[in-house]
Formats: sequence, C-alpha cells, structure tokens
Amino acid sequence: MSSQPTKPPETGEKDKPDVSRRDLFAKIGLLLNGLAVTVLFVPVVGYLLSPIRRGENGRYKSWVSLGELDAFPEGQTRLAKYQNPVSSPWDGDTDHIPCWVRRIQGEQFQVFAINCAHLGCPVRWFAQSGLFMCPCHGGVYYQDGSRASGPPPRGLFEYAYKVENGKLLIDAGQLPTLSTTASLRDRKTGCQG
Amino acid sequence: MSRLEKIGNWFGERLQIGASIREAAGHRVPTKSASWWYVFGSAALTVFILQIFTGIMLAIIYVPSAAEAWNSLQYLNHSVTLGWFLRGVHGWGSNFMVALVLIHMCQVILFGAYKFPRELTWIIGVFLLLLTLGMAFTGQVLRFDQDAYWGLGIGASIVGRVPLIGAFLVHLLLGGPIIAGDTLSRFFAIHVFVIPGLLIGLVSLHLLMVLKLGINDWPMPGRIVRRSTYLKEYHELTQKDGVPFVPEAVWKDMFFSAAIVVSVMACAAFLGPYGPSGYPDPTIIQTVPKPDFFFRWLYAMLALLPPGIETPLLLMGPVVVLGFLILLPFLSGEGEKSWRRRPIAVATLLLTAVALGTFTELSSYSPWSPVMNGWSGDPVPVEYLYGRSPLERQGSLVFQVKQCRNCHSIGGSGGKRGPALDRVATNMTRDQLVRQVLQGGGNMPAYGKNLNPAEVTALVSFLETLHPANQPAASDAARAVVTHQEAAGAAEKNR
Repeated sequence: MSSQPTKPPETGEKDKPDVSRRDLFAKIGLLLNGLAVTVLFVPVVGYLLSPIRRGENGRYKSWVSLGELDAFPEGQTRLAKYQNPVSSPWDGDTDHIPCWVRRIQGEQFQVFAINCAHLGCPVRWFAQSGLFMCPCHGGVYYQDGSRASGPPPRGLFEYAYKVENGKLLIDAGQLPTLSTTASLRDRKTGCQG
Repeated sequence: MSRLEKIGNWFGERLQIGASIREAAGHRVPTKSASWWYVFGSAALTVFILQIFTGIMLAIIYVPSAAEAWNSLQYLNHSVTLGWFLRGVHGWGSNFMVALVLIHMCQVILFGAYKFPRELTWIIGVFLLLLTLGMAFTGQVLRFDQDAYWGLGIGASIVGRVPLIGAFLVHLLLGGPIIAGDTLSRFFAIHVFVIPGLLIGLVSLHLLMVLKLGINDWPMPGRIVRRSTYLKEYHELTQKDGVPFVPEAVWKDMFFSAAIVVSVMACAAFLGPYGPSGYPDPTIIQTVPKPDFFFRWLYAMLALLPPGIETPLLLMGPVVVLGFLILLPFLSGEGEKSWRRRPIAVATLLLTAVALGTFTELSSYSPWSPVMNGWSGDPVPVEYLYGRSPLERQGSLVFQVKQCRNCHSIGGSGGKRGPALDRVATNMTRDQLVRQVLQGGGNMPAYGKNLNPAEVTALVSFLETLHPANQPAASDAARAVVTHQEAAGAAEKNR
C-alpha cells in the first residue's frame, strides 16, 4: 500500500457543536430518504393492489352468453364454454372457460363451475351414474351439484343465469373459490327458485 | 517478477480482497469436520449456481406470456439446438437442489449444528428452504402446461380459504379474476427476480456466517454445548485438532459438487426435460393434474385430510411448522449435539421423513381418486361371469355402466377409492347391499335416483356372486324366518 489513510484531526471541546450539526444533517438526510421512499411506495402499493381494486364491487363479472337454448337438451347436462369477460390478448386460450349446463326442463337450468369446490380441479360429468367426479382428490357430486362424497366442503359452485332472446346467459367472470363465490349466485337465491 | 505476477499485483493493489480471500480459504476447521458428511450445503450452492446459469440460458428463448409460453417450450424442446438438454438440466437441477437442501437440513438437525452460536445461520437456512420450495413451485408454473394451470387453481383455492381477505388474496395471487396472462407474468417476475434476489442475498449471509462462526464441530457424545464456554472450546479445538479449509476439506466439497453436476446432466441427458404436459386450455378437461415430485406429499395430504379440519390445518399448519423450525435453536440451543444422545430429535426426523415418504408413495397411484375410465377401460374378469344367470350378468353390466368400477376394483383393476368388491358378498347380505347401493354412505354416493328397481336387483344379484367358491355369501339368519312367516301369512289370508 502506498498511502495510509490520514487520521482525522483531534476534535477539541469547541468543535463539538460542529459535529452534532453534521449529526443532525445526517439524521435529516435519513429522514428525507425515508420520506422519499414512503412517497414512492404509495403508488407502488397501489400498483400492486390493482388486481383487487379492478375487481371491487363485482366489476370482474358480467353476463356472458353460452349460446342458443337448443344446444342444451332437457334433462341433460352438457359442457359449455365461454370467453371470460375480463381478458387480454396475451391470455392465449386460458380465458376460454368451461362450465357444466344442466337443463332441468323448459327454462329451468343449473349452471355449474368446472372447478371442484375442494381445490379447483376440473370435474367431469358421468351421465350414466348422474355424478360429477373430480380427478384430483376424489370429490364426487350429484347431478344437482350437491356434494356426494370426498373432501369438498360444499356442493359445486353455481352461476346465476337468465334466458334472453332464446339465449342462455350466465353471470361469470372470476375463478370460483370458497371466498370468491359471493358473486356467483347462491343456490337458494338462484333464478331457478 | 514475472509478467503474470505483475498483473496479479496490479489487480491486488486495487481490489484489496486478496487478504480476505486468503483468510477465508485458510480458516481452520476441526479435522473431523473435514468430512464427507459436510458436503451437502456446498453442493446445494453449486446447484443453485447451475440453476442461475441454466435459467438465464432458458430466458433467452422462453416467452413469459400465457399465449406463448407453452409454444416457446415446445420450440426449446424441438427446434433450438440442445434446448431440450438445458431445459432438462434446469428441471432436474431443481429436483436436486430441493433434495440437497433437505438432506443438508437433516444433517444439520442430526449433528445439532443449529445450536449456539449458529442459531441465526439455521433460521436463515429455514428461509432458504422456503425460498427453494418457492422456486420449485413458481418454476412449475412457468412450465405453463395443464399441470401448471390446475396447480394454480389449487393454489388459488387454498388462499381462497383464508377468512375475510380470501377473495383479495385470490385476485392478488392470480393478478386478476382468472388464471391467465397476468398470472404467468407475475410468477415469472417472482421466479426470475424476486426469489433469486432473496436467495443470493441470504445464501451470501448464510455462507458468511459459516465462515465467521466456523463450521460445526463433529458431535461427540458427552461434549456439551454451553453458551459460556463453547466459543473458547471451539477455538481451542480448531487450533489443537484443526486443519485449514483449503485444501484439507475443500477437495471433498469439490468432488461431491462435481459428482452432483454430472448426475444432473446425466438425468437431463437420459431422462430428458420435464414436459410441458398438455396445452394450457382450461376447456380441455380430460386431464389429471399432478404437482411435481416435491409437492406430491401435499397433494396426498389434501386428499386424505378429513374435510372438517382441512382449512384450519392448511392455514395454520405452515405457520406452526415454520414457527417450530425458527424456535428450534431457542428451544434446544445448548446441550448434547450427538444424535446418539438425542433420541427425540432422531425420532422426529425419522417420523417426518417416513410420513412425507408415505404420502409421496401414495400419490404415485392416488387411491383416493376415482379412475376416470375404469368403467369403460377395465373388463369384468371372465371367471366372474362364467356360469352366472342372465340376471347376474345383467348386473355386471350395470356395475360397469354406472361407473361403479371407477371407485371399486374387481379382479385387481378399477378404482381404489372404495373397497375392492371381489369378496363383497362374504361380508354384506343381500339387504345390506341393496341399502348401500340406494342410500350410499361411508363416503359412497347414493345411487337411489340413478338406478331403477330392475337395475338394483340385477346389480345386487351380481354382487352376491362375488365370494370365493369355498366361502358362502353372507346371509341374514332372520330373513328365512321372516320370509317363512310372510309366506305363512299369505297362505292364511288366501284360505
């Protein structure tokens, strides 16, 4: 090493206020940076929470058409597909959402989410035994969506529906889970009632 | 002075790190700790570096867009020269890294290495394990195939069980209302920037603490760790019975790391890359999603937990386990280090390993799931039809067509959700069978609404034939009496 760091000059009694002033400046500097970071984080948090904000008051859902009523014969349960109302061009095919449509009779329907109420796997309909079965953890449901056996804590999630101009419409838009079902119509208040 | 030395000195004078490197390399480790048991941590670090390198390589091609990710992986597999190999190394490297971190952790528990003064090293290690698992899960998401898609659905369903803020968390996790473009983008950011950044920082700290505090001494039964004396004893040990880390111990680390890297490459070369499995289109519902190997135990647990305690266990279990791991060095920060004197630690470790191993093994054939094509794919064994009446054969048709086979096996094939029915007639009478079919129960759906009386009669007649030739079907002793009385009563009336 060619040069030794020079020792700072000894500070006497009279220099003390000087040092504490620098101390103060350092603290103010810290405070200013803290403030700047805080101010920066307000928009950052807002940005991060945007998926929540955008979905407030059920804005993720809207009425989407599942097609003509004729596509759903009475007494049968059929797979239907719709384009999710909230989507973007880079979604690929992930915004094509399937659902099970059970036409009881006339304009009386039940439209079930594809997602098992246990952990969201796609349930399959078996017309012969009148059961929905889940391939993941063994959840089974009856044809009216009520739980038959296995780990699901409830029946299948159901969409609210209405019939307009000969078309079946459902109120859809978000992945149903135990806490995001609120916007899906409850069985008791469903239109079929 | 040679030219090379001059250049070296020029850099040395300016970088000023030569002394620190020499000090780190030459630090003394206890002779017994320069052991093959102490190579797992460094191997995990090596694989982590391998993962960073291969990850960057893959990022050159991979497109983090829900519309393109799957196609870009196909492109990597089939069109880019040796793209399949780099994908394989990254995928297998992930498995090796999780495995090495777990083995390292077991070794640390068995050797009592988390005790004073290495408590914080252990706690950082716990977070390194979490981050490694986080990398494995988010990496599986980036594969963006059907397993990834439905795996995200499972993740969303789990956070959806959080009380009050569940819906917010679901939308936050998915970046929107459904699993779609925004979901993949945020998992890409987490997998490529957030967790690797944290890992690099915490691994550096972890390593620095190993250097500063010294590697754990080989546990000797009876050598007790005491806060008051340990540091002095450890220092004396490294002076009296110690060797410099380089080269006395490091060669074992290097040999093992090289063997691991070669193993990862061999797995990649011979077993190939992971997937991607089916195209991520949720309308393709003919899929049986399964997580990657190191999450299979969780997949099994989710199927086997009683529904009533599932949510509390899912939400509180991780907190309890994490809390226990963090508190461990404070609960037993002193005392014996040797596994020979710590039966509870050894038992806990073995029990955990056996439990996780059992769940993982179960998940390889998932007996809790109906076999979706059992009814259409597995024929009724001929010997179960030979010499049977037309009604009984009709019953076997009902058995198949009504998908009973999806959950019940006969002749060794079919679902395992319900009991195998090869000998069902020996433990259930005709009436019990009728009741079970119509009303279900014991985790079986009720078929009352989906079978007409003729079908039930046929089905039960078939089931009644399912008993070994030398063992009669179960019968209700009261039945004969009742039917006899009924017959007598009818005869009375007729008279």
